Amino acid sequence: MSILFGKAKNIEAEIEQFFDKISEAGLIFTAGIKDYLEGDFEQFHSRIDHINKQEGEADKLRREIRYYLYTKMLIPESRGDVLGLLETSDNVIDTTKTVLSHFDIENPAIPDSLNSEFLKLTESAVSALSSLVKANRAFFKNSNIIHDYIHKVHFHEHEADRIEEKLKKIIFRSEEIGSLAEKLQLRDFVTYISGLADDAEDVAERLSVYSIKRSI
Amino acid sequence: MFQLFFLLSSGLFLGWSLGANDAANIFGTAVGTKMIQFRTAAIVGSIFVILGAVISGAGATETLGKLGAVNALPGAFTVALAAALTVLWMTRLKLPVSTSQSIVGAIIGWNLYANFPTDYSSLTKIVTTWVLCPLLSALFAFIFFFLFRFGVSRMRCSIIRLDAYTRLALIVVGAFGAYSLGANNIANVMGVFVSISPFETTEILSFSFSSAQKLFLLGGLAIAAGIITYSHKVMETVGSNLYKLSPVAALVVVLASSAVLFLFASESLEFWLASRGLPTFPLVPVSSSQAVVGAVIGIGLAKGGRNINFGVLGRISIGWVTTPITSGLIAYILLFVVQNLFLMPVYK
Repeated sequence: MSILFGKAKNIEAEIEQFFDKISEAGLIFTAGIKDYLEGDFEQFHSRIDHINKQEGEADKLRREIRYYLYTKMLIPESRGDVLGLLETSDNVIDTTKTVLSHFDIENPAIPDSLNSEFLKLTESAVSALSSLVKANRAFFKNSNIIHDYIHKVHFHEHEADRIEEKLKKIIFRSEEIGSLAEKLQLRDFVTYISGLADDAEDVAERLSVYSIKRSI
Repeated sequence: MFQLFFLLSSGLFLGWSLGANDAANIFGTAVGTKMIQFRTAAIVGSIFVILGAVISGAGATETLGKLGAVNALPGAFTVALAAALTVLWMTRLKLPVSTSQSIVGAIIGWNLYANFPTDYSSLTKIVTTWVLCPLLSALFAFIFFFLFRFGVSRMRCSIIRLDAYTRLALIVVGAFGAYSLGANNIANVMGVFVSISPFETTEILSFSFSSAQKLFLLGGLAIAAGIITYSHKVMETVGSNLYKLSPVAALVVVLASSAVLFLFASESLEFWLASRGLPTFPLVPVSSSQAVVGAVIGIGLAKGGRNINFGVLGRISIGWVTTPITSGLIAYILLFVVQNLFLMPVYK
């Protein structure tokens, strides 16, 4: 039995580490966007390296957890749920990486006047991500607080949607941005950042179903 | 020796089919949903069913003995055969059937054939218990459900650990279930042979191993054989098709139904209750399947009473009447055949 519970402890620690990676990716993402908007490209590139590293480590953890769950632990019915949860949470970290790399590749020219709105959008999206991480942790600890956090994810996602719409309107009405190509490019970047909140909400939707399923 | 085994064979067959069918009531959900391996379930189930039969099998057997004391070995053979055939036949027709109800009908069939009076106070006690069994099981499941839910929410342990505990608990509760099944239902398998047991009592150190216990051991082995050879299929069906339960709810169902079987089997519990002036439970073989149905309904009620199929209760109560009548008729006919065609005395 001690073997069984020893393994349980291991897996619990690994799952916690996995969520740490997601939470950290969120923080790096915000910092990276800030660096880009402020024009500190050297720092921005080091953020990209950092987020790539986090993403790689999260993948590795996820694979280890999957291996353990499928070979040693967990009631089959909830096993699928737990793995689904980890996979979709991993999408969130992937999104942070992809968005930063889009910035790196396309180098969009963002007028200074839009900086604060871009930053607000980023913060809302990352707040959704942070609340998701807390909801995830609560789910694994079997805690009732999960619903509070899921609610917060929804709140921040709506907030991000609101800012997204506002920003897009500003972009298309702006005379500062001359060409349609630039407008379309900026619109895409707004969508990318806001997509992070959407990803977080997708996971939160799953979580609320799983938590109902788990109540006996 | 060969003739002895032949005459016991109908009882052993009844035991085998009991193991094949009823072990699924205990481990069905756990094995069907792959929470525990069939091998683990089969080993734990076999050991505890034998222990239950040998240690606590006497109580319910005595009640059956009072209903009608079959006094010739060929008669006992025929009675058990009639019960087994009824179970087999009704199972094929997909009708609700229980070994307990079948054997009672067969014994009454013997009483009628042999012109012995049926003890109506025993019969009333038995039939009342059949009705009580699913009701009590529902009540227990209802109470356990809330206790477990409270317990799980207070434990505050991670889902990974909760799963590990649930798995362990399914095995422990399964062991209790198998013990109760052996204790309560061995009467169906070997009860009719007890008063004419061909074995003698042996004393080993200060323990005495009675002739009835030897029969119970044999019957327990037959049940174990049923579990090992055939119950896997039934478990897969129960676990994946019949009712979908969460692991903890499955645990509650097994615990509640096993507790009911135990109550109706344990002489020590009866003694303990009686010595404190409390009302006792009649020691009567009941149907573990009906206990499970009761428990599932109890959980349904605890969850707010939606989606409960009350029709299943109607089907069960029809079985209380049709099963004994069918097996009684079959027993009567078979007794006639055995006595007049095979020229074996079925009663003295």
